[in-house]
Amino acid sequence: MNELLTWGLFKPISSLFGGILIGISAVMLVFFKGRILGVSGIIGAIFQTQNTPKDHYSWRISFLIGVICSPLIGYYFNFMSTPIINTDYLTIIISGLLVGFGTRMGSGCTSGHAVCGIGRFSPRSLIATGMFMLSGFITAYIFYHLI
Amino acid sequence: MKTFKYLILFSIGCIFGFGLIISGMSNPINVINFLNFVGNWNPSLLIVMCGAIPVSFFGFRWIEKKHVTIFNEQLHLPGTSHINKELIIGSLLFGIGWALSGFCPGPALVALGSGSVKALFFVLAMLVGIFIHDYPFKTMMDKSKIN
Repeated sequence: MNELLTWGLFKPISSLFGGILIGISAVMLVFFKGRILGVSGIIGAIFQTQNTPKDHYSWRISFLIGVICSPLIGYYFNFMSTPIINTDYLTIIISGLLVGFGTRMGSGCTSGHAVCGIGRFSPRSLIATGMFMLSGFITAYIFYHLI
Repeated sequence: MKTFKYLILFSIGCIFGFGLIISGMSNPINVINFLNFVGNWNPSLLIVMCGAIPVSFFGFRWIEKKHVTIFNEQLHLPGTSHINKELIIGSLLFGIGWALSGFCPGPALVALGSGSVKALFFVLAMLVGIFIHDYPFKTMMDKSKIN
Protein backbone atom coordinates (compact mmCIF):
# COMPACT_ATOMS: atom_id res chain seq x y z
CA MET A 1 0.00 0.00 0.00
CA ASN A 2 2.55 2.56 1.14
CA GLU A 3 4.70 2.39 -1.97
CA LEU A 4 1.68 3.59 -3.94
CA LEU A 5 1.16 6.60 -1.72
CA THR A 6 3.42 8.73 -3.83
CA TRP A 7 3.38 11.84 -5.97
CA GLY A 8 3.56 9.60 -9.03
CA LEU A 9 0.12 10.48 -10.31
CA PHE A 10 0.28 14.19 -9.61
CA LYS A 11 -0.34 16.07 -12.88
CA PRO A 12 -1.31 19.65 -12.02
CA ILE A 13 -2.10 20.85 -15.56
CA SER A 14 -4.35 17.83 -16.24
CA SER A 15 -6.05 18.32 -12.89
CA LEU A 16 -6.74 21.97 -13.62
CA PHE A 17 -8.04 21.21 -17.12
CA GLY A 18 -10.19 18.32 -15.83
CA GLY A 19 -11.54 20.60 -13.12
CA ILE A 20 -12.52 23.18 -15.74
CA LEU A 21 -14.37 20.44 -17.67
CA ILE A 22 -16.23 19.44 -14.49
CA GLY A 23 -17.22 23.09 -14.01
CA ILE A 24 -18.35 23.35 -17.65
CA SER A 25 -20.51 20.22 -17.33
CA ALA A 26 -22.13 21.63 -14.16
CA VAL A 27 -22.91 24.92 -15.92
CA MET A 28 -24.23 23.04 -18.96
CA LEU A 29 -26.66 21.02 -16.82
CA VAL A 30 -28.17 24.23 -15.44
CA PHE A 31 -28.15 25.86 -18.86
CA PHE A 32 -29.91 22.98 -20.64
CA LYS A 33 -31.92 21.37 -17.84
CA GLY A 34 -32.04 23.83 -14.95
CA ARG A 35 -30.63 21.21 -12.58
CA ILE A 36 -27.70 21.07 -10.20
CA LEU A 37 -25.05 18.53 -11.12
CA GLY A 38 -25.04 16.48 -7.95
CA VAL A 39 -24.40 12.83 -8.69
CA SER A 40 -25.76 11.51 -5.37
CA GLY A 41 -28.95 13.56 -5.81
CA ILE A 42 -29.40 12.42 -9.39
CA ILE A 43 -28.96 8.74 -8.44
CA GLY A 44 -31.12 9.12 -5.32
CA ALA A 45 -34.03 10.65 -7.23
CA ILE A 46 -34.27 7.46 -9.28
CA PHE A 47 -35.55 5.72 -6.12
CA GLN A 48 -38.33 8.27 -5.84
CA THR A 49 -41.64 6.84 -7.00
CA GLN A 50 -44.19 9.47 -6.00
CA ASN A 51 -44.81 12.94 -7.48
CA THR A 52 -42.42 12.39 -10.35
CA PRO A 53 -42.62 14.81 -13.31
CA LYS A 54 -42.79 13.45 -16.86
CA ASP A 55 -39.09 13.17 -17.63
CA HIS A 56 -38.08 12.47 -14.02
CA TYR A 57 -36.23 9.23 -14.81
CA SER A 58 -35.26 9.75 -18.44
CA TRP A 59 -33.07 12.84 -18.11
CA ARG A 60 -31.27 11.42 -15.08
CA ILE A 61 -30.68 8.05 -16.75
CA SER A 62 -29.37 9.77 -19.92
CA PHE A 63 -26.91 11.76 -17.82
CA LEU A 64 -25.80 8.76 -15.74
CA ILE A 65 -25.28 6.60 -18.83
CA GLY A 66 -23.09 9.42 -20.17
CA VAL A 67 -20.94 9.32 -17.05
CA ILE A 68 -20.68 5.50 -17.15
CA CYS A 69 -19.80 5.54 -20.88
CA SER A 70 -17.15 8.26 -20.56
CA PRO A 71 -14.29 5.82 -19.76
CA LEU A 72 -15.11 3.79 -22.89
CA ILE A 73 -14.63 6.92 -25.00
CA GLY A 74 -11.57 7.69 -22.86
CA TYR A 75 -10.05 4.30 -23.66
CA TYR A 76 -10.81 4.76 -27.36
CA PHE A 77 -9.04 8.13 -27.49
CA ASN A 78 -6.33 6.99 -25.13
CA PHE A 79 -6.79 9.41 -22.24
CA MET A 80 -8.25 6.93 -19.76
CA SER A 81 -5.99 5.47 -17.10
CA THR A 82 -7.35 2.39 -15.36
CA PRO A 83 -8.26 3.16 -11.73
CA ILE A 84 -5.94 1.76 -9.09
CA ILE A 85 -8.09 0.25 -6.33
CA ASN A 86 -6.12 -1.36 -3.52
CA THR A 87 -8.98 -1.39 -1.05
CA ASP A 88 -10.29 -4.84 -0.10
CA TYR A 89 -13.87 -5.86 -0.85
CA LEU A 90 -15.18 -5.59 2.71
CA THR A 91 -13.88 -2.01 3.05
CA ILE A 92 -15.27 -1.17 -0.40
CA ILE A 93 -18.74 -2.34 0.69
CA ILE A 94 -18.63 -0.47 4.03
CA SER A 95 -17.41 2.60 2.16
CA GLY A 96 -20.21 2.35 -0.41
CA LEU A 97 -22.87 2.02 2.29
CA LEU A 98 -21.53 5.08 4.14
CA VAL A 99 -21.22 7.14 0.95
CA GLY A 100 -24.77 6.25 -0.16
CA PHE A 101 -26.36 6.86 3.22
CA GLY A 102 -24.25 9.93 4.11
CA THR A 103 -24.71 11.77 0.81
CA ARG A 104 -28.48 11.32 0.98
CA MET A 105 -28.67 12.41 4.60
CA GLY A 106 -26.36 15.38 3.91
CA SER A 107 -28.15 16.22 0.61
CA GLY A 108 -25.10 16.04 -1.58
CA CYS A 109 -21.63 14.81 -2.43
CA THR A 110 -18.46 16.31 -3.87
CA SER A 111 -20.06 17.41 -7.15
CA GLY A 112 -23.22 18.94 -5.70
CA HIS A 113 -21.82 20.54 -2.55
CA ALA A 114 -18.19 21.31 -3.39
CA VAL A 115 -18.34 22.19 -7.11
CA CYS A 116 -21.88 23.57 -7.52
CA GLY A 117 -22.71 24.64 -3.96
CA ILE A 118 -19.49 26.50 -3.24
CA GLY A 119 -19.75 28.05 -6.72
CA ARG A 120 -23.11 29.47 -5.62
CA PHE A 121 -21.74 30.50 -2.20
CA SER A 122 -24.33 28.31 -0.49
CA PRO A 123 -23.68 28.32 3.28
CA ARG A 124 -25.14 24.80 3.51
CA SER A 125 -22.67 23.51 0.92
CA LEU A 126 -19.73 25.27 2.54
CA ILE A 127 -20.56 23.59 5.86
CA ALA A 128 -21.17 20.21 4.19
CA THR A 129 -17.87 20.38 2.26
CA GLY A 130 -16.02 21.35 5.43
CA MET A 131 -17.58 18.40 7.25
CA PHE A 132 -16.81 15.69 4.68
CA MET A 133 -13.28 17.03 4.18
CA LEU A 134 -12.76 17.02 7.95
CA SER A 135 -14.02 13.48 8.49
CA GLY A 136 -12.18 12.40 5.33
CA PHE A 137 -8.85 13.69 6.66
CA ILE A 138 -9.41 12.19 10.11
CA THR A 139 -10.52 8.82 8.69
CA ALA A 140 -7.56 8.72 6.29
CA TYR A 141 -5.18 9.43 9.16
CA ILE A 142 -6.68 6.69 11.33
CA PHE A 143 -7.09 4.17 8.53
CA TYR A 144 -3.76 4.62 6.73
CA HIS A 145 -1.50 5.43 9.68
CA LEU A 146 -2.87 4.08 12.95
CA ILE A 147 -4.45 0.78 11.88
CA MET B 1 -36.37 17.30 -30.24
CA LYS B 2 -36.80 14.86 -27.36
CA THR B 3 -33.99 12.61 -28.58
CA PHE B 4 -31.87 15.72 -29.04
CA LYS B 5 -32.41 16.72 -25.39
CA TYR B 6 -31.43 13.28 -24.14
CA LEU B 7 -28.38 13.33 -26.38
CA ILE B 8 -27.38 16.65 -24.77
CA LEU B 9 -27.83 15.17 -21.28
CA PHE B 10 -25.81 12.10 -22.30
CA SER B 11 -23.07 14.45 -23.58
CA ILE B 12 -23.07 16.47 -20.34
CA GLY B 13 -22.60 13.18 -18.47
CA CYS B 14 -19.68 12.37 -20.80
CA ILE B 15 -18.05 15.77 -20.30
CA PHE B 16 -18.40 15.40 -16.53
CA GLY B 17 -16.82 11.94 -16.80
CA PHE B 18 -13.99 13.25 -19.03
CA GLY B 19 -13.33 15.93 -16.41
CA LEU B 20 -13.07 13.29 -13.69
CA ILE B 21 -10.80 11.12 -15.86
CA ILE B 22 -8.47 13.90 -17.06
CA SER B 23 -8.22 15.46 -13.60
CA GLY B 24 -7.24 12.08 -12.15
CA MET B 25 -10.25 12.04 -9.81
CA SER B 26 -11.69 8.84 -11.27
CA ASN B 27 -8.63 7.18 -9.81
CA PRO B 28 -9.28 6.63 -6.08
CA ILE B 29 -5.57 6.54 -5.29
CA ASN B 30 -5.38 10.29 -6.01
CA VAL B 31 -8.27 11.00 -3.65
CA ILE B 32 -6.79 8.81 -0.90
CA ASN B 33 -3.44 10.57 -1.31
CA PHE B 34 -5.19 13.92 -0.99
CA LEU B 35 -7.04 12.96 2.20
CA ASN B 36 -3.97 11.22 3.58
CA PHE B 37 -2.16 14.50 4.25
CA VAL B 38 0.61 12.94 6.34
CA GLY B 39 3.27 11.60 4.03
CA ASN B 40 3.38 12.23 0.30
CA TRP B 41 0.42 14.53 0.07
CA ASN B 42 -1.10 14.78 -3.41
CA PRO B 43 -2.91 18.12 -3.83
CA SER B 44 -4.63 17.14 -7.12
CA LEU B 45 -8.14 17.45 -5.67
CA LEU B 46 -7.49 21.01 -4.56
CA ILE B 47 -6.30 21.92 -8.07
CA VAL B 48 -9.40 20.28 -9.57
CA MET B 49 -11.57 22.46 -7.33
CA CYS B 50 -9.57 25.53 -8.34
CA GLY B 51 -10.46 24.70 -11.94
CA ALA B 52 -14.10 23.78 -11.39
CA ILE B 53 -15.39 26.30 -8.83
CA PRO B 54 -14.60 29.54 -10.75
CA VAL B 55 -16.30 28.09 -13.84
CA SER B 56 -19.42 27.15 -11.88
CA PHE B 57 -19.36 30.51 -10.07
CA PHE B 58 -19.42 32.63 -13.24
CA GLY B 59 -21.62 30.18 -15.14
CA PHE B 60 -24.30 30.03 -12.45
CA ARG B 61 -24.35 33.82 -12.04
CA TRP B 62 -24.89 34.20 -15.76
CA ILE B 63 -27.73 31.65 -15.92
CA GLU B 64 -29.45 32.80 -12.73
CA LYS B 65 -29.80 36.24 -14.30
CA LYS B 66 -31.68 34.66 -17.21
CA HIS B 67 -33.99 32.73 -14.83
CA VAL B 68 -34.78 30.01 -17.41
CA THR B 69 -32.96 27.29 -19.33
CA ILE B 70 -32.30 27.48 -23.07
CA PHE B 71 -35.51 25.45 -23.60
CA ASN B 72 -37.45 27.98 -21.50
CA GLU B 73 -37.81 25.54 -18.63
CA GLN B 74 -37.80 26.56 -15.00
CA LEU B 75 -34.55 26.40 -13.02
CA HIS B 76 -34.61 23.94 -10.10
CA LEU B 77 -31.93 25.36 -7.86
CA PRO B 78 -31.86 24.57 -4.15
CA GLY B 79 -32.93 27.58 -2.16
CA THR B 80 -32.73 26.39 1.44
CA SER B 81 -29.97 27.79 3.58
CA HIS B 82 -31.07 26.08 6.78
CA ILE B 83 -28.20 24.21 8.39
CA ASN B 84 -29.52 21.20 10.26
CA LYS B 85 -27.99 18.20 11.97
CA GLU B 86 -28.83 15.92 9.02
CA LEU B 87 -26.54 18.02 6.82
CA ILE B 88 -23.69 17.80 9.30
CA ILE B 89 -24.02 14.14 10.37
CA GLY B 90 -24.68 13.02 6.79
CA SER B 91 -21.62 14.85 5.46
CA LEU B 92 -19.43 13.49 8.25
CA LEU B 93 -20.56 9.92 7.44
CA PHE B 94 -19.95 10.51 3.74
CA GLY B 95 -16.41 11.74 4.51
CA ILE B 96 -15.63 8.52 6.41
CA GLY B 97 -16.80 6.38 3.49
CA TRP B 98 -14.99 8.60 1.00
CA ALA B 99 -11.64 8.19 2.76
CA LEU B 100 -12.00 4.41 3.14
CA SER B 101 -12.04 3.74 -0.61
CA GLY B 102 -11.26 7.09 -2.27
CA PHE B 103 -14.59 6.89 -4.10
CA CYS B 104 -17.39 9.41 -4.17
CA PRO B 105 -20.47 8.81 -6.36
CA GLY B 106 -19.25 10.41 -9.65
CA PRO B 107 -15.81 8.77 -9.85
CA ALA B 108 -17.35 5.44 -8.80
CA LEU B 109 -19.60 5.53 -11.87
CA VAL B 110 -16.60 6.27 -14.11
CA ALA B 111 -14.65 3.40 -12.55
CA LEU B 112 -17.71 1.18 -13.02
CA GLY B 113 -17.76 2.07 -16.72
CA SER B 114 -14.06 1.20 -16.97
CA GLY B 115 -15.03 -2.36 -16.02
CA SER B 116 -13.80 -2.46 -12.45
CA VAL B 117 -15.46 -5.19 -10.35
CA LYS B 118 -14.60 -3.36 -7.13
CA ALA B 119 -16.34 -0.25 -8.44
CA LEU B 120 -19.39 -2.42 -9.19
CA PHE B 121 -19.43 -3.60 -5.55
CA PHE B 122 -19.03 -0.01 -4.39
CA VAL B 123 -21.91 1.23 -6.54
CA LEU B 124 -24.19 -1.60 -5.41
CA ALA B 125 -23.37 -0.91 -1.75
CA MET B 126 -23.94 2.81 -2.38
CA LEU B 127 -27.39 2.07 -3.86
CA VAL B 128 -28.20 0.00 -0.77
CA GLY B 129 -27.03 2.92 1.43
CA ILE B 130 -29.21 5.36 -0.52
CA PHE B 131 -32.18 3.01 -0.24
CA ILE B 132 -31.70 2.51 3.52
CA HIS B 133 -31.66 6.27 3.99
CA ASP B 134 -34.56 7.12 1.69
CA TYR B 135 -36.92 4.40 2.91
CA PRO B 136 -36.61 2.72 6.32
CA PHE B 137 -34.50 5.48 7.89
CA LYS B 138 -36.41 8.49 6.62
CA THR B 139 -39.77 6.89 7.39
CA MET B 140 -38.56 6.17 10.91
CA MET B 141 -37.29 9.75 11.36
CA ASP B 142 -40.50 11.27 9.97
CA LYS B 143 -42.57 9.12 12.34
CA SER B 144 -40.50 10.15 15.35
CA LYS B 145 -40.94 13.82 14.38
CA ILE B 146 -44.74 13.50 14.24
CA ASN B 147 -44.97 11.72 17.61
